[in-house]
Amino acid sequence: MSAETQLAPPGAEAAPQKKSASSNALTRVAKYTAVRVFTLFITIVVGVYLTVLIANMGGFVDTIRKGEIRESVSARTMSDPVLRALPPDVRAARLEEMVRLEEERLGLNQPFMLRSFRYLANALTLNLGRAQNMTSDSGSRQVRLIILERLPATLVLFATADLILFFSSIFIALYLSRRYGSFLDKVIIALAPTSAAPGWFYGIFLIVIFAALLKVLPFGGMVGTPVPETTVGYILSLLEHMILPVTAILVSAIFISAYSWRTFFLIYSSEDYVEMAKAKGLTDRDIERRYVLRPTLPTIITSFTLLLIGLWTGAPIFETVFNWPGLGQALFKAVGLYDTPVIVGSTVIFAYLLAISVFLLDFIYALVDPRVKIGGSQGRPA
Amino acid sequence: MKSLQRSFKELLRYPSAVASLAIILVLLIVSAYTLIAIPYGEAIVLWRGGENIWYQSPKNAPPAWTNFFTSKKLVETMIFNTDDEDINKTYEVSEAGNQTVTFEFPIDYQFDTFPQELTLFTKGTFVEKAPFISIVLVTPDGREIRITDFAVQKTGTYRFSQDDRLARRVGNQFPHEAIFAQPGSDPLVPLKGEYVMKLSLVTFEADSDVDAELVVYGQVYGIAGTDHLRRDLKVALLWGIPVALAFGLLAALGTTITTMSISAIGTWYGGWVDELIQRITEVNLVLPLLPILIMVGTFYDRSIWTILGVTILFSIFGGGIKTYRAIFMQVKESPYIEAARAYGAGSGRIIFQYLVPRIIPMLIPQLVTLIPSYVFLEASLAVLGLGDPVLPTWGKVIQDAQSNGALYQGLYYWVLEPAVLLMLTGLAFAMLGFSLDRVFNPRLRGI
Repeated sequence: MSAETQLAPPGAEAAPQKKSASSNALTRVAKYTAVRVFTLFITIVVGVYLTVLIANMGGFVDTIRKGEIRESVSARTMSDPVLRALPPDVRAARLEEMVRLEEERLGLNQPFMLRSFRYLANALTLNLGRAQNMTSDSGSRQVRLIILERLPATLVLFATADLILFFSSIFIALYLSRRYGSFLDKVIIALAPTSAAPGWFYGIFLIVIFAALLKVLPFGGMVGTPVPETTVGYILSLLEHMILPVTAILVSAIFISAYSWRTFFLIYSSEDYVEMAKAKGLTDRDIERRYVLRPTLPTIITSFTLLLIGLWTGAPIFETVFNWPGLGQALFKAVGLYDTPVIVGSTVIFAYLLAISVFLLDFIYALVDPRVKIGGSQGRPA
Repeated sequence: MKSLQRSFKELLRYPSAVASLAIILVLLIVSAYTLIAIPYGEAIVLWRGGENIWYQSPKNAPPAWTNFFTSKKLVETMIFNTDDEDINKTYEVSEAGNQTVTFEFPIDYQFDTFPQELTLFTKGTFVEKAPFISIVLVTPDGREIRITDFAVQKTGTYRFSQDDRLARRVGNQFPHEAIFAQPGSDPLVPLKGEYVMKLSLVTFEADSDVDAELVVYGQVYGIAGTDHLRRDLKVALLWGIPVALAFGLLAALGTTITTMSISAIGTWYGGWVDELIQRITEVNLVLPLLPILIMVGTFYDRSIWTILGVTILFSIFGGGIKTYRAIFMQVKESPYIEAARAYGAGSGRIIFQYLVPRIIPMLIPQLVTLIPSYVFLEASLAVLGLGDPVLPTWGKVIQDAQSNGALYQGLYYWVLEPAVLLMLTGLAFAMLGFSLDRVFNPRLRGI
């Protein structure tokens, strides 16, 4: 049951204007997309600027950086035989001069407002210079490389988990709405509150059971050691390592989404037009796809957006628990090493990831909800 | 008031609600007990006091009740002190003016394993000439094992496991194990029964004496076990309850009330105010809360109150605003609001006296459902190493366990105890929230 097949038949509510809808659906979606991209970009700029402000608030970061500059410059002075030979007062003056030049080179002498905008531009382009303590796996100290190197790991894990979560939740929710009041339905309702706990929490339990006690799955990491040489071996090892994290995400979110989506389905299937369709003698399958699933999808997508944001936000701790070499773990390590550029960079890229997820879901939303219009109210039910 | 009572009665019809209320009540009682029994200052001392506070407990020991579930009885920690009432010192004065003092520590050894370690802490009282102690262990089968003898300084620590001469005497085994083993067994098998450790000392001055304390470090300890620093986990687990409840409740209350008020103001005034609030909400949606909290914790302050404030600040413009806005939009058009306007009520009065009370029924379930997410947020930060620097919390126990490889070493209790408590707290509030939702939102009741 892929999204494409759902999109093909026009929505129940849009049925009367079938022909005109299909001809200008493309322009509608394109216009909507353009406006959304623009507003989201503004949103990201504001968000990243806030991040930069928080990271620099009170000049804490500047103090740290100035201290580091002084330290490295004096270390250089001490190890330089020519400078060491100079009389102490000349050497001190020379040191001050070098510190001043270095600070000027890094732009630390400009007023904060000016610098903050330069930081913003740098942060937006992930041009965050060199990490203070961390290195990428390839040995580079470029913050951008450290972050980009870890991006695929995060994306693979979360995209897989999110896709499985979305489709299995829809499937379970539809099944439950058909068998509303059944034993399974009651079980899912009873299990829904367990979603109060985040994924890392279930991760710990899963690790205890499957890695520590049963010893059937790895404790964490992304591939086994030694790294398999063949592509097939690599993929198999990756899949094996993904079982526990993906399961943890599923366990933490599937019951609540199945429960709430099933409720949406039930609300929509009590609409009059569904009764009407039943009276017309349409098959259950048709009713479900055209008259129940279709109008419910926008609501479901909104709820999934919020869920996804929660999952992204939890990545630092989730990846730490599973020792997954992704962005979240990079952020965690950066905190431990007090590496400011990497902390800011990871926060910025998480803002990007959130914005991109919101955008993608908005885009799908525009595709499935024919009411979405440009300007005025966006027709987005809360 | 009446309707509140009715709602409460209706709530009691749900078994899950009753169960969760019971759990919450227990948690409240235990946290009240904790705050009285282990006051803040004492908790900090117990958790951060240093080796002097913890020296009596074993390292990484699971809780004592694990013994009920295994056929193999693990050694429990035993402490013998000359200050105890049932330890009697007998004094004998010899002709030379020296004094011989003898006392015994009866060790009832009924375990299937060996202790982690045996340590004798001694404190000598003398002016110039240190008293001399000799220690002998009498086994249940009547053997006498000479342990050691030494001059007792002002303070002294004798660790059995590190005495090489004793090790040689018991056949090159770990002394703290070999002395409790059946003679000739290999691998060592413990010999159960009544052991007596006889300590006799000779003092050379009139008021000279020795206080001794023998600690048999067990493999299990107390009701919660201990961590890598010998700290009793009970302190952190108990203190975690009030901390988690306070953080969850305050954060949930702070967020829902501010969110609702802002949403009401935006809806009432409409126009640019509403527009601004909407835009801020959208910006806030792409701000990653946890990374920002991590930043705040790293750069500024890790105190739980700072984190609480920042959390509330960033949750004000959360997804809730849209939900409340949709409801306020409907309520705004109701006749009674129009009537209020007609009699000349001001905006402030309408917002806080007419609009806001209207959605309180929807607010209560929301509030209760939010509590666990904040409880877990606090734990998440602590697990990331950004917990409050002084307070012992559940998250910090999990973090200690993680960073010391508890799961790799098989010390499951260390992770599971705080995890189960977190789960219990989270589940209780989540279940209550679900039931409240059904009671207050009749639309869901049928479904």
